[in-house]
Amino acid sequence: MAFISSGYNPAKPMEGRITDIGPREFTEFLPPVIKANKGKWAYHEILEPGVLVHVGESGDKVFTVRVGAARLMSVTHIREICEIADKHCDGYLRFTTRNNVEFMTDSEDKVAALKADLAARKFDGGSSKFPVGGTGAGVSNIVHTQGWVHCHTPATDASGPVKAVMDTVFSDFQNHRLPAPVRISLACCLNMCGAVHCSDIGIVGIHRKPPMIDHEWTDQLCEIPLAVASCPTAAVRPSKVELEGKKINTIAIKNERCMYCGNCYTMCPALPISDGEGDGVVIMVGGKVSNRISQPKFSKVVVAYIPNETPRWPTLTEKIKHIIDIYADHAMKYERLGDWIERIGWEKFFELTGLEFTQHLIDDFRDHAYYTWRQTTQFKF
Amino acid sequence: MAKHATPMLDQLETGPWPSFVSDIKQEAAMRAANPKGLDYQIPVDCPDDLLGVLELSYNDGETHWKHGGIVGVFGYGGGVIGRYCDQPEMFPGVAHFHTVRLNQPAGKYYTTDFLRQLCDIWDLRGSGLTNMHGATGDIVLLGTTTPQLEEIFWEVTHNMDNDLGGSGSNLRTPAACLGESRCEYACYDTQAASYNLTMEYQDELHRPAFPYKFKFKFDGCPNGCVAAMARSDFSVVGTWKDSIKIDQEAVAAYVAGEFKPNAGAHSGKDWGAFDIEAEVINRCPSAAMKWEGGKLAIDRSECVRCMHCINTMPRALHIGDERGASILCGAKAPILDGAQMSSLVVPFVEAKGDFDEIKEVVENIWDWWMEEGKNRERLGETMRRLSLQKLLEVVGQEPSAHNVQEPRHNPYIFFKEEEVPGGWDRDINEYRKRHQR
Repeated sequence: MAFISSGYNPAKPMEGRITDIGPREFTEFLPPVIKANKGKWAYHEILEPGVLVHVGESGDKVFTVRVGAARLMSVTHIREICEIADKHCDGYLRFTTRNNVEFMTDSEDKVAALKADLAARKFDGGSSKFPVGGTGAGVSNIVHTQGWVHCHTPATDASGPVKAVMDTVFSDFQNHRLPAPVRISLACCLNMCGAVHCSDIGIVGIHRKPPMIDHEWTDQLCEIPLAVASCPTAAVRPSKVELEGKKINTIAIKNERCMYCGNCYTMCPALPISDGEGDGVVIMVGGKVSNRISQPKFSKVVVAYIPNETPRWPTLTEKIKHIIDIYADHAMKYERLGDWIERIGWEKFFELTGLEFTQHLIDDFRDHAYYTWRQTTQFKF
Repeated sequence: MAKHATPMLDQLETGPWPSFVSDIKQEAAMRAANPKGLDYQIPVDCPDDLLGVLELSYNDGETHWKHGGIVGVFGYGGGVIGRYCDQPEMFPGVAHFHTVRLNQPAGKYYTTDFLRQLCDIWDLRGSGLTNMHGATGDIVLLGTTTPQLEEIFWEVTHNMDNDLGGSGSNLRTPAACLGESRCEYACYDTQAASYNLTMEYQDELHRPAFPYKFKFKFDGCPNGCVAAMARSDFSVVGTWKDSIKIDQEAVAAYVAGEFKPNAGAHSGKDWGAFDIEAEVINRCPSAAMKWEGGKLAIDRSECVRCMHCINTMPRALHIGDERGASILCGAKAPILDGAQMSSLVVPFVEAKGDFDEIKEVVENIWDWWMEEGKNRERLGETMRRLSLQKLLEVVGQEPSAHNVQEPRHNPYIFFKEEEVPGGWDRDINEYRKRHQR
């Protein structure tokens, strides 16, 4: 391959450099019907799963078809999205905050052709390229992270488990049978990039073994005080060891105080922590971001460990499907998963779902833990 | 013929959900065929090697990316996430596999012209793989080599008039819900706010000058479609001050079953006929609603603007006209001291024009946090260490009951010396004149 210059001159790197121009202004990309009715919408309706209509005060309408997407996608796939948008939507489209794709058109006649076109498109392996859905009281796309595709700190993969879970709950992507929307998110480590801490169902990668210490390199590669300060339970301290007759500065970790968060590895490359058989995932439930009826809630840990069962994580997917089904059977209309659990009580949630309550689920992190214990005689047998 | 056998990943090609494996394979095949005759600037088999390394991770249950990676473009301190494979001999196509964050347009509306131009650049100079989009909002170009970074930056700035996004201890790429563009609940122009503040603070976004990362997110209403209250240090959430607008005829249409509750969001199950008492009046969190004699009434002074009644009857109930936003601060994920949602700081602020009132709050907070925040301490943690009172003081917000869920139940109360008659400078000998030892 021969190098092709863009015009950039490495001998004069600051020459012709453009900086601080920011993103393109969003108004450039608004479809005409959106531009004309911006800030003047009267109401909307969900015509069927995945299809919305918004009606302007002017009487103008815009029809939106929402389709699922893998988030991790190729330029070939983006070009196919463009081809569809050119064919049906005058060259406009958008992506949602859950990484679905929305195709918009100003007339209902065009919706049927668009839907038929989308339904016909499949990957060679057989999966849908553009499944329509993700609206109303169902399961929309899974907000997720990098996993083994790009990140150095994960305890699990992201794209793989997300595909496995979405295959399992796919009917709820295309249906409105649930009491309220169920948001599922996944983060591949405790950094919790994304929305795991505030979702109806969160999946988080965890470790179960303290880091290894690469003593020979610790003082070479790391700023040791940063590693010490990175530990939430103060398990990390500076120390000296003798290695091949030489005394060197390094790190010591109190294993009994370490809960394997991996934050010291984030700060210090000499503290790798990942482990094929130690690592796995946690399930959290009951979080929400909206202020509808109840206030926003954090999700809470209800399954302390599930192994990484590549490539399809069957135990994880089975448990998530089960939680959704039990919730669907028992919750009242408009009740989010967390609202339902708070109404019936956590002991009832564990009884109905059959999930095992283990000592790992009791909070033991600092002052806040006390407020999560039960200071009342009110409980259900 | 695929370069590596991927029996594990092949199992993720089945099932109905779009398969990332099939898509990556499609890209690998496209690059191998090279119908446009491109002189690819990074290895042609980059996507093949990504599948190869991922398959290895599926066997080992462990990541195969080396720790960290510091790369970028001149003039900026962030925007590119460097990454190197820990088995570069086995997978030379991903020996370098850096991610480039590109700043996305607010609300993520695109024209196909823009996306095609981007694909053309990335095809030539990258892996052909992306994330649409990163959780913070950026367009993520997934996988290229160090020598291509300046070339890509040159092309996106010169040919596409588009900048990089943020990474590191700085202002990260702001994001907004779609706002007024396609939602009748939007209380302000979230996209304009996001764009305006992104442009205002370009320097803070591209050149890390903070104790740690800092994020802005803009939600048009309390439904939180961009999750500002959970995923941004500075969360701007639209609201209104006057009454919810009620169209009584439309209410009657809901009661009569002509309009579908919640715009049809529950159409997949038979929940019975719409019952305004059970579904709206009795679900109102502050019991501020009445349904009497075929008329709906809302006690404005009791309404907490949770959106439930509006969400349920969008054709009959509308947000008020006196609009603005609330500012909440401090959301963060668990590391280090535990997860936080944003806490209410300014109950109501004007959100129009150049958003000057919002910027004033931002800058007051930055002045304080940049000075007082510890290394790698998020704003939320600085608030916990130095108190909400301190934050209110630097923002110039008079403390009110709006700022708390409940008053404190411990009596460990600090007073300012000037609040206390006589001050703190006391003489033990004077005290002993009244109280013998």
